Amino acid sequence: MSGDLIFSSLFLRALLAGGCLALACGLLGVFLVLRRDAMISHGLSHVAFAGVALGLALNLMPVVFSVVISLAGSLLILRLKEQARLPGDTAIALLSSGGLALAVFLMSIKKDFGAELMAYLFGDILAIGPSEVYLAVGLAVVVSAGIFLNLSRFIFMTFDREAASVSGIGLKGLDRLLVMMSAVTIVLGLRIVGLLLVTGLTVIPAAAALQLARNFRQALLLSSLFSLLSILGGIVLAYVLNLPASAAIIFLALFIFILGFLFKRLKGQQTM
Amino acid sequence: MILENKKEEVIRVEGVSFAYERVPALVNINLSVHRGDFLAIVGPNGSGKTTLLKIMVGLLKPGQGRVWLFQQPLEDFNQWYRIGYIQQKATNFDQIFPISVAEVIAASLNSISRPQKPGRGQVRQKILEALRTVGLENEAGKSMNSLSGGQQQRVLIARALATEPEILLLDEPTTGVDYPSQENFYDLLGQLNRQKHLTIVLVTHDYGIVNRHINRVACLNQKLFYHGEHAEFCQSDSFRELLQGGHHLISHRH
Repeated sequence: MSGDLIFSSLFLRALLAGGCLALACGLLGVFLVLRRDAMISHGLSHVAFAGVALGLALNLMPVVFSVVISLAGSLLILRLKEQARLPGDTAIALLSSGGLALAVFLMSIKKDFGAELMAYLFGDILAIGPSEVYLAVGLAVVVSAGIFLNLSRFIFMTFDREAASVSGIGLKGLDRLLVMMSAVTIVLGLRIVGLLLVTGLTVIPAAAALQLARNFRQALLLSSLFSLLSILGGIVLAYVLNLPASAAIIFLALFIFILGFLFKRLKGQQTM
Repeated sequence: MILENKKEEVIRVEGVSFAYERVPALVNINLSVHRGDFLAIVGPNGSGKTTLLKIMVGLLKPGQGRVWLFQQPLEDFNQWYRIGYIQQKATNFDQIFPISVAEVIAASLNSISRPQKPGRGQVRQKILEALRTVGLENEAGKSMNSLSGGQQQRVLIARALATEPEILLLDEPTTGVDYPSQENFYDLLGQLNRQKHLTIVLVTHDYGIVNRHINRVACLNQKLFYHGEHAEFCQSDSFRELLQGGHHLISHRH
């Protein structure tokens, strides 16, 4: 690694923003996977993408605009699940196809922002500006605080929703908090790894952690750790080997998942 | 019977009817539970037992009628720490769910708001105390999915007990648990009822295994066929029908 790489402010910014995103994805991912809501990040990423396209088309700040649209989208998914009696994945499919259709439509009538929008399709972590670093740090603080302040309630609700409901804790509020935190995380993920890979970032480290964790604390710890390793390692790999960062990040996450899976299989055979 | 009338009424179900998409599940149910009761709600599959229990804890809203908990209308009731609930197939949780026995109990203990919230050290103590009651004090650190079905069931009881409820409602709690563990489980419930004066409402289709412990019975098949003292129940027509496999009480819809 050359000296200019370490001191490059671009690279440092990428690591800092990536690290914050990793923490948020790692923590949220455990809950999303265990709630069978893994595809919520897929749906939200498409809504967020439409938000970016709308922001670009209207010459508004695309990231901020996308946050607003995604928050609205996340609440809409919940409402559809609760009230339209749709299975969760169908509600998500409605929203994700609608979001993508809107983005494609906007791109066709205003052709001048196509290249900029592409950056959100594949992500561009080395192009992150200082304001986005602040957004990432703020996001990591909000998501970590949101989860740790409500940790017991989130665990109770995820493990045994019916008993949690009878215990009088407000499940609707907690559901909303969780999808809203996911929505904001997804927008930042869109900037860093792009639409095509952001679902992977919220799901794969958590899935790897679930292979190994024996209790919930371990699951949160391992998921955050794997997420950090994937993003930071992916950024360094991309820089050194001149690869697209988003692909390197997801490959690394998958590699960790496969290691976790093999480790579990091996351990399982030993104890049999 | 005079003593009986003085006991506090902790659950009151009044004129409750419920239908799933116009198919009636419960018709005009009136039922009351008093402090210290061990009530078994018995009836065949599809008789509305689970529906009735869910209505009692507010998980389902009755189409008609009302429910009172501790003399408060259920809609206004907010002292949920006084109620412990274990649903049907509660041990059918996701086997990949990474959670230790202590975490299962801590999650509920820390979530439920009550007048005196336990401090951190107290939480640990309460968890161990509850596990001791169900005979699992050495398993606190173990992963939930490494336990047997019977042990998991006991952990869920410990979870419910840790918050020190006054009523425990259970829906077919031993489904999928082997017979000796079932017996131990009901012995434990009987003990809690007698020694700690815990009020218990138990939904079951297996009358035989609980009859040593209960003191009240409600026979349900959409309508309430019998509701009263266990001893009197044994003299009643409903009981004979139960034993003879009468279609009102025993008919299985397979």
